[in-house]
Amino acid sequence: MTELAVRIGGQAGDGIASIGESIARSFSRMGLHVFGLNAYQSVIRGGHVWFQARASDGRPYSPGDGTDILYALDKATVDIHGAGVRPGGAVLFDPEKFSVAPSELPAGVTPLGVPTLQIARKYTSQSILQNAGGIGATAFLAGIPLPLLHEVLTDSFGRKAGEIVDWNVGASAEGYRFAEAHGHAHDHALSRQGEPKLLMNGNTAIALGAAAAGCKFLSQYPMTPASSIMHWLAAHSTALGVVVKQAEDELAAINMAIGASFAGVRAMTATSGGGFSLMVEALGMAGMTETPLVVVEAQRAGPSTGLPTKTEQGDLNMMLGAGQGEFPRAILAPSCPAEAYRSMIDAFRLAEEFQTPILVASDLHLSENFMTVDRSEIDLNVPVPSLFTVPPSETNYLRYQYTDSGVSPRAIPGQPGLMFVAGSDEHDERGHLVSDIHAGIPRYVTERQRMMEKRMRKLGGLARAAPLPVLEGPPDAPLTFVAWGSTVGAVRDARAELAAGGKATNLLRFPTVYPIAADAARPLLEKARRTLLVEANFSGQFGRLLRAELGFACSDRLLKYDGEPFLPHEIVARALEVM
Amino acid sequence: MSQTAAPPRPTGLGAALPVVGKSDTRPTWCPGCGDFGVVAAVEMAVKRLQLPSHTVVVISGIGCSSNLPHFLSSYGFHGIHGRVLPVAEGIRWANHGLTVIGTGGDGDGFGIGAGHFVHAMRRNVDLTYVTMDNQIYGLTTGQASPTSTMGQKTKSTPNGVIENPIDPVSLALASGATYIARGFSGDVKHLADLVANGIQHKGFSFVDVFSPCVTYNKINTFDFFRQRVYKLESAGHDPTDLVAAWQRSLEWGDKIPIGLFYKTDRPTYEDLEEVLAAGPLALQPAGLRGKESLLDEFV
Repeated sequence: MTELAVRIGGQAGDGIASIGESIARSFSRMGLHVFGLNAYQSVIRGGHVWFQARASDGRPYSPGDGTDILYALDKATVDIHGAGVRPGGAVLFDPEKFSVAPSELPAGVTPLGVPTLQIARKYTSQSILQNAGGIGATAFLAGIPLPLLHEVLTDSFGRKAGEIVDWNVGASAEGYRFAEAHGHAHDHALSRQGEPKLLMNGNTAIALGAAAAGCKFLSQYPMTPASSIMHWLAAHSTALGVVVKQAEDELAAINMAIGASFAGVRAMTATSGGGFSLMVEALGMAGMTETPLVVVEAQRAGPSTGLPTKTEQGDLNMMLGAGQGEFPRAILAPSCPAEAYRSMIDAFRLAEEFQTPILVASDLHLSENFMTVDRSEIDLNVPVPSLFTVPPSETNYLRYQYTDSGVSPRAIPGQPGLMFVAGSDEHDERGHLVSDIHAGIPRYVTERQRMMEKRMRKLGGLARAAPLPVLEGPPDAPLTFVAWGSTVGAVRDARAELAAGGKATNLLRFPTVYPIAADAARPLLEKARRTLLVEANFSGQFGRLLRAELGFACSDRLLKYDGEPFLPHEIVARALEVM
Repeated sequence: MSQTAAPPRPTGLGAALPVVGKSDTRPTWCPGCGDFGVVAAVEMAVKRLQLPSHTVVVISGIGCSSNLPHFLSSYGFHGIHGRVLPVAEGIRWANHGLTVIGTGGDGDGFGIGAGHFVHAMRRNVDLTYVTMDNQIYGLTTGQASPTSTMGQKTKSTPNGVIENPIDPVSLALASGATYIARGFSGDVKHLADLVANGIQHKGFSFVDVFSPCVTYNKINTFDFFRQRVYKLESAGHDPTDLVAAWQRSLEWGDKIPIGLFYKTDRPTYEDLEEVLAAGPLALQPAGLRGKESLLDEFV
């Protein structure tokens, strides 16, 4: 596997993310697989931000452990990231802004000054155009063909003023030719590998998956890192026939989604941990009224407002326990955009089949970073059956009928003859309250017990119907990694690196973190010779869940709670310690 | 967007079906509670409009008054405290063929739910919101509410309330509701007129109702209101005059106005939401089958 990682750094407002996306998209159009990391801060201008586009002829699942080409828009970028450039690499900069001496860089790394400002001034007085010369020079070093780069730039500016496209095309060509004349392409420069791939981040995959699953309604309140789910669906709202409502707060967002679902559309909300905290009471109402609901919880580093632009898997305990009392729920945890797309389809299927809230646990690392997806991995042909399933001729209709599965026939307002009241208070099969004048009366004490048991029976069905744990790699390997969510990506890359060094490992990952299908998980865990739990939180929340649910304790742990995603080398190092 | 081929409406049987009436559940309110008059007025209003039971959804929150949906034969949603309006809005947007009526108390609507109250009105969602305002928390046995009178002694304010009460009518005027009325549960026929006209009004209709708590509020009693209320309809008030509506909303004392304060026409949220032009959302096609070109933007 040959890989090439390009990193661009500068201040917020410099256009770093757009340069990074252009480079990442150029690679994906070359048919290469890419991981694009967008690292930013909670500032709109200033500070320090960077983007890493890691391309490979294999499949990278993480940002990786090094950089080959660093394009520094300011000196701080060289100071912070210069040491991470691998031998054979180059650091691009504009000597008009600052200088970089070879002695400041690791051995074997070449500084290359490119007159990006000087090139830009030929076209416009707007200094932002310096980026075009920089992108062009970077593209040459990275092996991106100039015509392909021009297509990407032209498409990214879209229908905006024609002269902006012309300037960018012209200036990037000059940057490209300057690098060609004064530098040389990186030894790991990659060439085309077949059909262009799709490039998406977790949130766009989540939004696309929701629409494919038949979601017609999203209500959401802005919060990093969940906001771009709303942005994508809002931009496609009219074309796809999805109502997108920015609510006044998260309380309204979840209650609106529950109302919409009750009235017969597939509905969802999305938020991060802070907003989810506000949704907790209504989550229980969805469980109690047996209203299907999908909630995406894109975690960021907490507690409280924590690190708004940094990642963590610290909300698992909250998702498990959110809501007073007990009601059935499932928590899906996709590991990458392609899986996030499928998770949303699973989430809507499960919400509808079991008439209860389904959580999709994302995190900033998954939601906002980019990965390539093959077209064949996105199947839009998802069955979306009608929700009006109870025939209006039904007599003596019982909305909350006791059944073996715990799932009762669901009528929808507008259907004649099936009227009922969905109650957040405890109720009997018809929906009549047992909470006021009946509370404590022996007959209704029994009703309450039976209704609790009816609802909770859904958990068994959920465990069987949700995606099962997956073992990747040789079953008899001496070390089994245990991971969930976006952490799976870095573990995969670490496994590849260990395998290259002759160390076999496997990975047991949980696309459903709750309920755990014990029959499927237990034999895999019991067969493992040594287990290394890898998760991005302080206390090993999933490890604790495994102990509680299966009585299984992982033998070793690697926990991270500094806000940064796991990198493969950290996992490799810990694995070598315990092996 | 033009009308798309929607599956046949599962409703559609229309007037041949039973209209909203009483359910088989009897209210559990205290004898003499003002809320009896309100449920009677709501039932009278929907009967007069001949609304079939299956096309009406009555939503409530938590509090004595929020049990109301159980006493009618329509669809109902009895949710959590303070969230009547977001649930009602979600229902409207999912199927704007339904008649949506929100109900609840002053604590539910103007205390814990105050944020939603303001926003639902500025959106002009086409629904009717009836608040049973007894100026006290009844179900929790007598604490001060957002509309309790300054100085009123309650369990939570043994030395008297020291906060100025919210005036729901002027708050509704400030927030942009397009039908704003106040009724009295001691005058069921007048209240039924206000509710029926509110349901027929296209836009957010707010009907605040003096609905005395006979157990915990010994100040704002039926007699208190009988002695003070007068009808705007008999006082020459012009409900299209916003300034006059503001002036009337500020009247409180020996004379307290009930009736229609203000009514205006403004596009509803549903009118302006482009997606709903293709018909009720619940009946629109869903999913992305055959939309493979959508993936081109990711290349």
